[in-house]
Amino acid sequence: MTVDSTVEPAGGAAASEPELVQLLTPEGERVPDDHYDALIDDIGPPEIRGLYRDLVLARRIDSEAVALQRQGELGLWASLLGQEAAQVGSGRALRPHDHVFPTYREHGVAWCRGVDPARLLGLFRGVDQGGWDPRSTNFHLYTIVIGAQTLHATGYAMGVQRDGAVGTGDPNRDTAVIAYFGDGATSQGDVNEAFIWASVNNTPVVFFCQNNQWAISEPLERQTRVPLYRRAHGFGFPGLRVDGNDVLACLAVTREALQRARDGEGPTLIEAFTYRMGAHTTTDDPTRYRLGSELEHWRLKDPIERVKAYIVRGELADQEFFDEVEAEAEQLAEHLRTACRELPDPGPESIFDHVYVDPPAPLLAQRDEMTAYLDSFANEEARR
Amino acid sequence: MTTFNIVKAINAGLRRAMDGDPKVLIMGEDVGKLGGVFRVTDGLQKDFGEDRVIDTPLAESGIIGTAVGLALRGYRPVCEIQFDGFVFPGYDQIVSQVAKMHYRSAGRLRLPIVIRIPYGGGIGAVEHHSESPEGYFVHTPGLKVVTCADPVDAYWMIQQAIESDDPVMFFEPKRRYYEKAEVDTDGSPTLPLHAARVVREGTDATVAAYGPMVKTCLEAATAAADEGRSLEVIDLRTLAPLDLGPVIESVRRTGRLVVVHEAQRTLGVGAEVAARVTEECFYELEAPVMRVTGYDTPYPASRVEDDYLPDLDRVLDGVDRTLAH
Repeated sequence: MTVDSTVEPAGGAAASEPELVQLLTPEGERVPDDHYDALIDDIGPPEIRGLYRDLVLARRIDSEAVALQRQGELGLWASLLGQEAAQVGSGRALRPHDHVFPTYREHGVAWCRGVDPARLLGLFRGVDQGGWDPRSTNFHLYTIVIGAQTLHATGYAMGVQRDGAVGTGDPNRDTAVIAYFGDGATSQGDVNEAFIWASVNNTPVVFFCQNNQWAISEPLERQTRVPLYRRAHGFGFPGLRVDGNDVLACLAVTREALQRARDGEGPTLIEAFTYRMGAHTTTDDPTRYRLGSELEHWRLKDPIERVKAYIVRGELADQEFFDEVEAEAEQLAEHLRTACRELPDPGPESIFDHVYVDPPAPLLAQRDEMTAYLDSFANEEARR
Repeated sequence: MTTFNIVKAINAGLRRAMDGDPKVLIMGEDVGKLGGVFRVTDGLQKDFGEDRVIDTPLAESGIIGTAVGLALRGYRPVCEIQFDGFVFPGYDQIVSQVAKMHYRSAGRLRLPIVIRIPYGGGIGAVEHHSESPEGYFVHTPGLKVVTCADPVDAYWMIQQAIESDDPVMFFEPKRRYYEKAEVDTDGSPTLPLHAARVVREGTDATVAAYGPMVKTCLEAATAAADEGRSLEVIDLRTLAPLDLGPVIESVRRTGRLVVVHEAQRTLGVGAEVAARVTEECFYELEAPVMRVTGYDTPYPASRVEDDYLPDLDRVLDGVDRTLAH
């Protein structure tokens, strides 16, 4: 067997890690950067406070949904705990007309896109399969088949090109598309095909990989022998690794990649190096496959604490601000609890709705058959 | 009137659809400069440009998956899968994404995608080039599945499929690609997309077929007539939804039905036709519904494909068996 001795380790807590873009240390110290500082030079104290608020609210949406699952109100939830900065940083880099293709864990991006978080719950409660309108939010439905959405994003970006909405220099016209996926998805054929399509067509798409180190129970080294961001090189476009727990760095690198896309300079792969602090989903038990010490290592890199430390150190906000955000988070949680319980169960005949734009007669006949069957019980009841 | 074979008829239909709607795109392997391995898209890239007739990388999941994105952006992609047996790398995108997007989005998102697939055997090809995978897609809610059997239907049905706001699997009988007929390109289609059609009237037994087997069954009906047997032949044309009205009406008169297709028998279209005709015509049936089909084997090597494929004699044998009851 021949092994390329130049291959770097894939990453993970124990491996020696390649350079990553970091603008805010885990201790909340701002790291000056000759290149990336210019990309966030508009981020003053109000904007920092805004990002902090987004991070806290994203986490609160998530913790409330986990609680709702524990209470039996949701069948399942996929927690974003630990990935708030990757999602908020990239989500806040988007312009309104940019288009997002998420996995099923992008609750923080949904928040940034103005999707009512209560609408995210329907899928997990089992009352719908995507309760928001992707046309008005430019936030596509959650995609559960791993990696499939990266091709949709790339195709959408091909449509953007054909609409002449790339490289015109008009910020209200030029459009980028972003595809979210995880470390596990990089093994999927669809993701690799999306890289190829995006590369040869030079499409305005950003591939945003949240490398949270775990694909359910499988660590990164089961997916790759090279750092994921370096895959891009082989496909012919730039790739970079960013501290996924650093909201400023995620904002900066995503802004740059989106602008490259809008300018017609093609795709970028961003590997946001982060960690899934929770279980894969509420049905998963990570104690079966990973060590608590790893969790402790990453807890020190918490994406929210470092922003709070930065704000406090720089006196960018007073205690009243933090109290207000906490109060707002409580209100949001209450909204989620109420809205979740009020989500109506669909009626049985609704299973026939929207199978087709133009439903064929045999399908309508099956619906009538169901109606007659259900009515037969009602008639029986009436006879008693 | 213009004389077209099926290749030219689909080409003309595609051209007309592209002329009529700038959102119609063609994408697939070798569809551009080469005009497709069967030349179905010949000349279209020259006239409509590389942005509308797209030579894609060689990956079927990529073709379908990017078509989904293009459709979400408002385009109407017509994807070519080069050969029947190559659809399976794109199967997940078709079944899990294309077929379900309208449903999952509660009707908010539409995917007006056409997936063209040359299908069926009888051309002496190597493996994976002669299959009849239509049953997999008929079994998938959210897809519509049609197949043409002659140039007139080829010309109109491809245009109707492109106009459909639901995704359509469009199966093309490749062994009949070079059958010719007169096509009135100035007229309008005489049938909606999802309608079966009686192609030969008869009184003794009904034979239902689609795609490449329609011609085989018409030849069988001619041969049967020489022996004094009158067969009614129906071209099903649409497999999802099935339009069984003409079949049921026919079976009520003849009392006998033979269903013919190249695809393997078990859980094939013939099984569904048999079940539904039995439900509707139980008392009119004089004999069990017969199926004359490919066998439940992988598609065989080409030197023995004639033994696998239903032909005139096997159709007549099926007719004999139903008449013997």
